[in-house]
Amino acid sequence: MAPTPSWLRRRGARPEAAPDTLWEICPGCGERLYKKDLAERLRLCSRCGHHLRLGALDRIALLADGDFQELVPHLITSDPLQWTDRIPYAKKIAGDRVKSGLLEAIVVGLCTVEGVPIGLGVMDFSFRGGTMGSVVGEKVTLLIEECARRRLPAVIVTASGGARMEEGMIALMQLAKTSAAVQRFAALGLPLITILTDPTTGGVSASFGFQADIIIAESGAAIGFAGRRVIDQTIRQKLPEGFQSAQFLLEHGQVDMVVRRGELKTALARFLHFVSDQKVPA
Amino acid sequence: MNVIVELEKPLVELEAKIDGLKKLNETQRVDFSAEIAALEAKARQLKNEVFGNLTPWQRVHMARHPRRPLALDYISALDGFTELHGDRTFRDDPAIVTGYAYLDGMPIFVIGEQKGRDTKDNLYRNFGMPHPEGYRKAQRIMQHAEKFKRPLVSFIDTPGAYPGIGAEERGQSQAIAQSLILLAGLRTPIVVNITGEGGSGGALAIGIGDHIVMLQHAVYSVASPEAAASILWRDAGRAEEAAKRLHLTSDELFEFGIIDEVVSEPLGGAQADATRVIADLLAADKRALARLTRLSADELVDRRYEKFRRIGSHVERVHDSAAR
Ligand SMILES: [Zn+2]
Repeated sequence: MAPTPSWLRRRGARPEAAPDTLWEICPGCGERLYKKDLAERLRLCSRCGHHLRLGALDRIALLADGDFQELVPHLITSDPLQWTDRIPYAKKIAGDRVKSGLLEAIVVGLCTVEGVPIGLGVMDFSFRGGTMGSVVGEKVTLLIEECARRRLPAVIVTASGGARMEEGMIALMQLAKTSAAVQRFAALGLPLITILTDPTTGGVSASFGFQADIIIAESGAAIGFAGRRVIDQTIRQKLPEGFQSAQFLLEHGQVDMVVRRGELKTALARFLHFVSDQKVPA
Repeated sequence: MNVIVELEKPLVELEAKIDGLKKLNETQRVDFSAEIAALEAKARQLKNEVFGNLTPWQRVHMARHPRRPLALDYISALDGFTELHGDRTFRDDPAIVTGYAYLDGMPIFVIGEQKGRDTKDNLYRNFGMPHPEGYRKAQRIMQHAEKFKRPLVSFIDTPGAYPGIGAEERGQSQAIAQSLILLAGLRTPIVVNITGEGGSGGALAIGIGDHIVMLQHAVYSVASPEAAASILWRDAGRAEEAAKRLHLTSDELFEFGIIDEVVSEPLGGAQADATRVIADLLAADKRALARLTRLSADELVDRRYEKFRRIGSHVERVHDSAAR
């Protein structure tokens, strides 16, 4: 257990808000972590170094040079299937907006990274598990199309449970739409870089996640096509140690590198400079 | 247990009875024709009751019916089919069949997801669930189609890409992702047939094309109803409810513009008259190819881009005041 912060003990005060808004349990080691400290440490556990999930806005602050300009911020789903449930889809979306402070599971825009102009898309797992429906697919496509028009590298940070069930086949079609955009973009000779963060599975890993020229996995991320639960239920045998971890993917040749959160921007910028800077004269 | 097989049991029994009487009619002196006519009328009525108005869940089971025609049944109906094997890297995946053939004289490359007919066959075919090497074999064929300027025709029938250890180790995500890229930019006509189960990314990996044909009782879904129920409610037992909500039937998908054409099936499903259904489906492919082969490669790829660009757009814009 983490020690109670001194100011709390001294005043003998009880936090005004519910405890879970102040503390978070590390999924890696079970340590109780003070949220404010955690935010200052890029949400890395002070005890075991575990990478806790990072929201889209924090991630943008981490990677961009402070000049991020959002594109198409106001897109929302038209709820194509008019999905009703005990909790209707529209209501779940409304709840996720409050919870995440976002209108959808991805934020896209333009910025520079160490001075190199790029298009940046960042997914947020706290919005419907980062699932891809019509809006996520549309924003990814618009980002890539905008990068193609401006001849900019595109960088997408993924965090997703896959296609969004509540949009049915419309969600699956986002894989086709984004893939077509990536195909055109790649044909122009422009670089796509993806940073796969925890977790990246299903329809997002099986489309733009693994269509990039350079694929960076963030340390500790779970990455795969099928979710662990599905694999467990299908094969009913013990999964290997570290199965579907970033390191596992590196060892199996699926990603270019595994990078800790603190070094992500440097690793990204290094490649952006390499492909964007003036060519060395022959 | 297949819901349709259960439903049609009384019908199968009745038809057996009719067959028996017909045999007696031929061999005995007694005339059973009146009884036969009455039973046949009853069978027709029963058939209408059973198959006339299938629910989405029943259609899922129709798509999985053990006697439903499989990819190789369609492919074998083409002229001179020659199978091509292997991904050149790891192994030959029997869940995906590839090769070349002639459709009424037109040389085409084919890719099909192949389920098994019985348990032993299904173990060999992995129940039609491809591994990454299956998709990589399909990619070879896609590239051949472009290189040799031959149309590509695919047959979708899979519960989904296989979720297993080896599949993950060898990059199931990358294999599907790469197939999608190749199909999106392929400079030759592509016709896609959904003949049975279209399960998720594992189906879409051979499912981007210029003309998408679907059999009436095939289903095509973002995830199998069981998987969707498990994801949505952590309860695979609610699959029937998921089937209803997912909009996975041919008429619903046609309305959404996700598929371009529905080929109807006889009452009782494709297996009731497989020869006719196979001929009808291939005729639809032929009509589509006759139209598509008139387009230049640039036109094809541009139209394909616009097609999938449009399908996915179900978004609205909130007003500034409401945002954030
Ligand atoms: Zn920890």
